[in-house]
Amino acid sequence: MTRGMISIDAERCKGCQLCSTVCPQQVIHMASDCLNAKGYHPAALIDPEQLCTGCAICAVICPDICITVYRETVPKQAHNGTQEAVR
Amino acid sequence: MLQVVAQPIMQTVYQRPECLTDHHTHYCPGCTHGIAHRLLAEAIDELGIRTQTVLVAPVGCSVFVYDYFNVDACVAAHGRAPAMATGLKRVLPDRMVITYQGDGDLVSIGAGEILHAAARGEHITTIFVNNAVYGMTGGQMAPTTLVGQKTTSSAQGRSVSSTGYPIRMSELLSSLDGTAYIVRRSLHDPASIRKAKKAILTALKVQQAGLGFGMVELLSTCPTNWGIAPDKALEWLETNMLPYYPVGDYKVVPEVAAL
Amino acid sequence: MTRELLKGNIAIAEAAVRAGLEAYFGYPITPQTELLEYLSVRMNELNRVFLQAESEVAAINMVYGAACTGVRVMTSSSSPGISLMQEGLSYIAGANLPCVVVDMMRGGPGLGNILPSQGDYFQITRSAGHGDYHPIVLAPASVQEAIDFTTLAFDLADQYRHLVILAADGQIGQMMEPAELPPMTEPRKTPPEWALRGAQDRPRNVISSLFMSGEAEEAHNIAIQKRLRKIKKTEPRWQEYNTDDAQLLVIAYGSAGRVAYSALEAARANGLKVGLMRPQTLWPFPEERLSELADRVEMCLVVEMNAGQMLEDVRLATGGQIPVQFYGRMGGIVPSSEEVLKAIETHYNHAAHHA
Repeated sequence: MTRGMISIDAERCKGCQLCSTVCPQQVIHMASDCLNAKGYHPAALIDPEQLCTGCAICAVICPDICITVYRETVPKQAHNGTQEAVR
Repeated sequence: MLQVVAQPIMQTVYQRPECLTDHHTHYCPGCTHGIAHRLLAEAIDELGIRTQTVLVAPVGCSVFVYDYFNVDACVAAHGRAPAMATGLKRVLPDRMVITYQGDGDLVSIGAGEILHAAARGEHITTIFVNNAVYGMTGGQMAPTTLVGQKTTSSAQGRSVSSTGYPIRMSELLSSLDGTAYIVRRSLHDPASIRKAKKAILTALKVQQAGLGFGMVELLSTCPTNWGIAPDKALEWLETNMLPYYPVGDYKVVPEVAAL
Repeated sequence: MTRELLKGNIAIAEAAVRAGLEAYFGYPITPQTELLEYLSVRMNELNRVFLQAESEVAAINMVYGAACTGVRVMTSSSSPGISLMQEGLSYIAGANLPCVVVDMMRGGPGLGNILPSQGDYFQITRSAGHGDYHPIVLAPASVQEAIDFTTLAFDLADQYRHLVILAADGQIGQMMEPAELPPMTEPRKTPPEWALRGAQDRPRNVISSLFMSGEAEEAHNIAIQKRLRKIKKTEPRWQEYNTDDAQLLVIAYGSAGRVAYSALEAARANGLKVGLMRPQTLWPFPEERLSELADRVEMCLVVEMNAGQMLEDVRLATGGQIPVQFYGRMGGIVPSSEEVLKAIETHYNHAAHHA
C-alpha cells in the first residue's frame, strides 16, 4: 500500500469534523486537548500505524482548505540509475 | 559501479489552489461555500485564467468572496450580479466574467436578471450555491426552501398554501435557448464534490468557447441556520434536498462534448 | 461645424457618442426613448456596446458593471425609471465610479403622464438613492445646452469620479432646434489604474461600496464629502439676465427658465425692474451668487414645473433675507410666459406697494 501523510493548518481549521467523518482510515481526529486562535478544536492526523494512503478525500471535503496531502511515491529505477520520481 | 537505490519520497498530491488569497474565510464551520470556492479556484488555476478573470460577488454569505480570490472583483447589488456581469462582459468580451451567487440572491430578488442573462446567452458563468435558506441574515425562508422546512421566517415549516413551491432554477433556465450549459451538482460527499469540480471546469470552458450562458447549481449545506451539525447537514441535504433538486445535466449543447 | 435641426434626445445621444461613449444600457420609457433607439443603431455602427435591458434596474446595474472597467458609460430614462435606478445609482456613487445618467423628467407621481415636468428635482439633487451623496446635476434649457452639457457631464464624471445626471424635462428631449454638435473624439485607449480588466501584471483591483467597519465606512464618506465640497466650490453654473438693477429676481431652470425669460422680456418692456437667474447646475446649486443677489433685490419669485422643490434651495440660499414667492404648474403642464408675467406683476406691484 502506498503510504501517505497530511498536514493540517490548525489555525485555519474550524473543527467542523467533515474530514474526520469521511477519512477511510479513520486517522483524523479532533485535537480535544488544544484550541486554535478561533477557539476551535482543530483536526489532527493521528496515524501511529501509518494507515494514511494519501487518498486526499479529507482535502476534497475540507471547506476551509486546511489540508495538504502527501503521498509516498517510489521513483522508478531509471536505466541510468538516476532517481526519477514518477507520479 | 555505485548502485543507486531508489528511495521513496513524499510528493505533494494536494494543496491550496494558487488563486485563493491567504484570507481566512468567515463562513461557519462546515459551510460548503468553502468547498465551492476551492473548486472554482482550482478550475481557474487549471485553465490559467486568474489574470483574465473578473468576479462578481453577490449580496449574501458569499458577499466577501472578493476577499478570497486573487482576481479582479466587484460587489453587485443584491440579485443584480448577472446584469453587472453583462455590463462587464459586453465591454470586456475577451475576459472571463464569473458571478458567484446564493439562492436568495439568484432565485429571489435576482430572478429577473438571471433569466434574461440566460435568455440573451450572455457569455458569462454563474456559480449558484443553493442551501435553501437566506444564510447571512440568519436563516429565513428562501424561494428554494423545501415544503415543510422550518426557517426563522417559516417557523411552522414552509406552507404551500401561503408561500407556494420551491423553485428549481436549473430546470427553469435550461428551457431558454441562450443557455449552453446548465447543470446541478451537489457538495454533500467527496464523490459528488469531484463531479462538481468537473462541471465548474466545463462551465468555464463553455465561456471560453463562447457557446452561451453557463451555470452550475451546487446544492450546499447551512449547518448554522439549519441547526444541524456539519456532517449531519450533509446527510440532511442528501435525504431532503436531492429528491426535490435532482442532480443532473439540464442543458448541455452538443459542442460541449468537444471541449 | 454647422448647425442642424436636431431633436433633443437625438442631440444628447450623438453628443455622448462624440464624447467617446463606449457603452450604453437603457430601457424604453417616454419621453426619452428616441435616445435609446438612436444609439441602438449608432453604437453598433461604431462597434461600441449597446444593450436594451429587461428593466431600468437591470440597466443601471449593467452600467455599474461597465463603469467598473473604466470606460465612458451612460444610461437614460425618465422619472419612474430613475426611481427604479436609485439603488444602482447609490452603488455607483458608493463605489466612486464615473457615470452619466440622463433623466428626461415627466409628470408624476406614480405613472403620472408623459408630459414634461421638473418633479424629480428632490430625487436627483438630494442624494443618489440611500446614503450621503449628491450627484452633479446639469439642467439644460435648450438643445444646444443639452449637447454642451452632455460633453461636460462626461468630463466632470471622469474628473471627479462622480455620478453626473443630465436632468431635462421631456419637452427638451422632444423638441427640435438648430444646434451644433461637437467634433468626434475617440474613446480613451488606456483604462484608469483602478479599472477591472483582469489582474494582469498588477495586484487585483476590487470595486465595492461595502465597508464593514464603521471607521472604514466613515473614512470613505469623509472622502466623498471632501470631494463634494470641492465640487460645490468650483462647479456651480448659472446664467443671469438683467440682474444689475433688478428689484424682483426670478429663479427658474430648464424649460421653466426659458418661459421665465420670455416673461422677463415682457415685464422689462412694461418698465418693471425684473431679473432672472437660471441655474445650469442644480447641484451644486449656485447658492453663493444667489445670496449676493438677494442683498440687492426686494424679492425672489421661483418658477418651476412642480409644486416647489428648487424653491427650498432658494429659501436656503437667501436665508430669509427677502421674501421668496413661488409660481408653479404641475401635472406636466408647462406654464405660459403670460402666466409667469402675471405672477411677476402681482408680486412686483405688491412689493412696490409696500416699499
